[in-house]
Amino acid sequence: MTQTLVAIGTRKGLWLARTNDRNIWSLDGPHFLMREVPSIGIDTRREPPRLLVGVRSEHWGPTIMRSDDLGQSWDETPEGAIHFPEDTGAAVERVWQITPDVHDDDVVWASTEPQALWRSEDRGETSSLVRGLWDHPHRPEWGAGFGGAAIHTILPDPTAPAEMLVAMSTGGVYRTGDGGDSWSASNTGIKAPHQPDPWPEFGQCVHKVARDSAKPARLYAQNHHGVYRSDDNGGTWTSIADGLPTDFGFTVVAHPSRGGTLWLIPVTADSERVPPDGQLQVQRSSDAGASWVTCSAGLPAPSYTCVLRDAAAADTNEPTGIYFGTRNGEVYASGDEGESFARIVEQLPDVLCVRAAVIG
Amino acid sequence: MQIILPAVLRELADGAGELVVPIDGEAALLRTIMDAAFVARPLIGARIRDETGDLRRHVNVFVDGQDVRRLGGLDLVVGSGAVIHILPSIAGG
Repeated sequence: MTQTLVAIGTRKGLWLARTNDRNIWSLDGPHFLMREVPSIGIDTRREPPRLLVGVRSEHWGPTIMRSDDLGQSWDETPEGAIHFPEDTGAAVERVWQITPDVHDDDVVWASTEPQALWRSEDRGETSSLVRGLWDHPHRPEWGAGFGGAAIHTILPDPTAPAEMLVAMSTGGVYRTGDGGDSWSASNTGIKAPHQPDPWPEFGQCVHKVARDSAKPARLYAQNHHGVYRSDDNGGTWTSIADGLPTDFGFTVVAHPSRGGTLWLIPVTADSERVPPDGQLQVQRSSDAGASWVTCSAGLPAPSYTCVLRDAAAADTNEPTGIYFGTRNGEVYASGDEGESFARIVEQLPDVLCVRAAVIG
Repeated sequence: MQIILPAVLRELADGAGELVVPIDGEAALLRTIMDAAFVARPLIGARIRDETGDLRRHVNVFVDGQDVRRLGGLDLVVGSGAVIHILPSIAGG
């Protein structure tokens, strides 16, 4: 029997929710109590699956923990799975993203604050800095959003091993076509309302980017005001915000197998980081952003919480499950692609990231 | 040279609360002492200092009761009989 695993990273530890039927859930945790968990990768490409978890202590710094028995035991690389080479003079502040590659089962990508991309060829045990991006001439001008100066999105291209897209706040979208040796800003059409020139080459505050599963050259971006789609692999972007209650938010999730379907979790505005009209809600599109449906059945109102950029995920069940966690420590699940939600966890610390996978 | 570890780091030292670090001569730089103390225990070393070698912001090191940040940091010259305490600062919420 398969099991659905939802891994929940919070400000003060990791919890693992499991279910056989997406109805009755068991909760295991806390792991790493009092340590922040801003990133989780669930690597299901091999048996047993491997959990990779970015863990950060306010006192003792960041590390990556890994488990090959679904959280029963944890291990870490003594010298650190990620550490900057001495010549950079930099130190890892936080691991923001852990992404298994789509071409090579040994390769895992990670990204950090400060803005850096890392490639592991041993499933996350050790990593090397992607110098082409670290040495980019734009790097001194990349800024720090409120969450920190980090790369938060890593999207390998399933059709071309040498191509990849990353995104950062602030800085925007960058792409490589040569395996990471060179990178170009790729923000044409994305507005930067916080800059004197609102249409710069780079510097946009892109909050999250997701890739369409059926058309890999199609991408969706939730921006710091603005929701966009690209149909040319990030070359140009056009607004798909019409019909949404607001164009602000942090996260975007694409359907794992059906093209054109995506979910956003809207936030009223930069200056009002609460759900629109006090109704916690998900916005779903089934036509690549041409139209939107409000999904709020089972979600609370009034609600004045917020959902962060990595705190939402989809599983690969049929129908797809959608999960998200809030800054007031609740996790909601939908087993019907957003038609209805149920609260599966409450009273956790602020939820920073959520990842879901089908195991077994 | 004696290093007293905080309780939260002792599991990384097989439960030991104190480490004895031999040094050459009567004194050594604190940086050198830390290098010697944790070369065989890199997980503890990485908890205390980042990869640039700096003390982590919320880790405090006291030599004979004095906060080393007021005494030259890791460049402090420490006598062979000193007691070094490593403690987490008061932080968080």
